[in-house]
Amino acid sequence: MEFKPLTCEDQPKVRFLVVDDSVFARKNLCKMVQAFGGEVAGEAGDGCAAITEYASTHPDIVLMDITMPKMEGIEAVEHIVRDHPEARIVMVSSVGYQDNILSALQKGARHFVQKPVKPEALYEIIRYVLNDPVAQAPATVGEVQS
Amino acid sequence: MKMELIQPFINSLDAVIAETMGCPAQIADVTMEEGNYKRTGIAALVGISGEIEGRVILDMDTVAAQQVSADLTGPASNPTEETARETVCELTNMVIGNAVTQLNNHGFKFRVHPPEIYSLDGGLQGALDTEAVVLRFETPKGAVYLNIAVRYKQRRSGEHAHVNVLCP
Repeated sequence: MEFKPLTCEDQPKVRFLVVDDSVFARKNLCKMVQAFGGEVAGEAGDGCAAITEYASTHPDIVLMDITMPKMEGIEAVEHIVRDHPEARIVMVSSVGYQDNILSALQKGARHFVQKPVKPEALYEIIRYVLNDPVAQAPATVGEVQS
Repeated sequence: MKMELIQPFINSLDAVIAETMGCPAQIADVTMEEGNYKRTGIAALVGISGEIEGRVILDMDTVAAQQVSADLTGPASNPTEETARETVCELTNMVIGNAVTQLNNHGFKFRVHPPEIYSLDGGLQGALDTEAVVLRFETPKGAVYLNIAVRYKQRRSGEHAHVNVLCP
């Protein structure tokens, strides 16, 4: 599937931080990011590393897993948003129950997508989060689960 | 074991295989096991704790796992046994995650632990009072086994001494 390259303000490429404890999942998400015309600014394998990596790379979008060792994704969101209120974080997790989603959104995450990730769904959600005026509102929380 | 606890895992495996491998998965065999589980290929285990507790193992043929890894990460990647293990872990994560989402949305509260590679060849000691259901799924890329040993926590009270099913 072909995607129109994502844009963010006047930057040539949207920069992503990909956070997941699974190397395989990160590789898969990085492949999607590149298919969207984005650039992988950094990767992290747990919440602690994500906080450090965010501070050093200042990405446009963070794709954040929830269940991770050392520090889980929701706690990492809280830390990142507290220090960087402008952070745009999309949760990407296989565990998509309402409590988890609500907790992530309350901590400052902008959206949620459930694994396995459909590239076209992730693309639309990222466009929405980037506040592209032509984007259609993607699935709401209750519709995320397949 | 209650069917209502197993069905979400079957539904979830079916959906995840269809989405990630682009092929159907059909149940070819169902057995009950009370003894140790011996893996057939690369296996990953996920522990569950809370109102429902136990563990689920996803076991996949090594060559099939390498093929799925190559399919998902692109032709440029060179699938190795390490990437195949990563693939099985992530597939397990997705299958269990989607299943527990269904169970959680029905009111059960519990926690899912990150997947870990199940490398014992001698088998895993199960709980004294929880048999495992082993489902064999056939896919065009090879067989996938799902070994499910979960139960309601309340049921155990006073019945048996505690046995930690998560520690082989």
